[in-house]
Amino acid sequence: MRWLWIDRFLDFQRGKSARALKNISLAEEYFADHFPGYPVMPAPLMVEGLAQTGGILVGEANDFREKVVLAKVPYARFHRDVVPGEQIVYDVEVLSLRPEGAVVQGKIFARGPGEKGNGELVVEAEIFFAHLDQARSQQIFGDRNFVFSGELKTALQHILPKGQNPPA
Amino acid sequence: MPTRDEIFTKVSETLVEALNVDADEVKPESTLQGDLGAESIDFLDIVFRLEREFGIKIPRGELFPESIFQGDPEFVKDGKVTEKGLSELRARMPFADISDFEKDPQVIKIGELFTVELITRYVEIKVKEAAANPQSAPQGA
Repeated sequence: MRWLWIDRFLDFQRGKSARALKNISLAEEYFADHFPGYPVMPAPLMVEGLAQTGGILVGEANDFREKVVLAKVPYARFHRDVVPGEQIVYDVEVLSLRPEGAVVQGKIFARGPGEKGNGELVVEAEIFFAHLDQARSQQIFGDRNFVFSGELKTALQHILPKGQNPPA
Repeated sequence: MPTRDEIFTKVSETLVEALNVDADEVKPESTLQGDLGAESIDFLDIVFRLEREFGIKIPRGELFPESIFQGDPEFVKDGKVTEKGLSELRARMPFADISDFEKDPQVIKIGELFTVELITRYVEIKVKEAAANPQSAPQGA
């Protein structure tokens, strides 16, 4: 399976906001090294999951026609470690969406086993996406949309909320 | 209507956020690329932030034109912008002060036109336009 850091979307408001869930399992390979005897989820992977949630939100707003790529993380703040057994919720809101790209405000909440409610705010970040210029990216990559392709499309059919259209 | 000083202050704050520079590095004459280290993607980030901050609409390529001199081979000769090219520049960027540039219009120095002052002047014009035509303001601004 592709590098996908989302288990399921909880909510999806086209072009506006999305919430997605990830279960953090000790069986995930990176915990063996990060760190031996002290497993914490690597911060860049949390940003990646947040960017995937935001990237799918931004991509869907244009029916997955654009090649949405992460261009910049203007800031990211990490308030505490996330550990195995927790669930994290990526909470993403679109700040700007234009033909050239988009910006989202992202938050991650973490919830331990049995905890109710939204959980504790652990990460705040702003993420900037560019739409790869159609004309130029076609010369380089051809017609194929390499961002929203293959396994990701199939996975989206399963993890998007019911009634939400996956990429055609 | 904000004064020019107020606009400059907000433009500076925007650049501090977008480029991760210190506030005291941002002076009117600072160039975005040379002094403040802006890269191509930062220009788009700056445009998005200015739109949100000032509630204005910045059409693609208006503040930061991508290829002014590619339209006509007569715009540039031997690495210098021709008189025709300078006219094009004035037409496309009426908010730019090209009085220094036109003394030695080497095309590679075009980036030096893009200063904090230029953005401030541009925003001032757009804010006035938006005040004159409230309907044209972007939704949600």
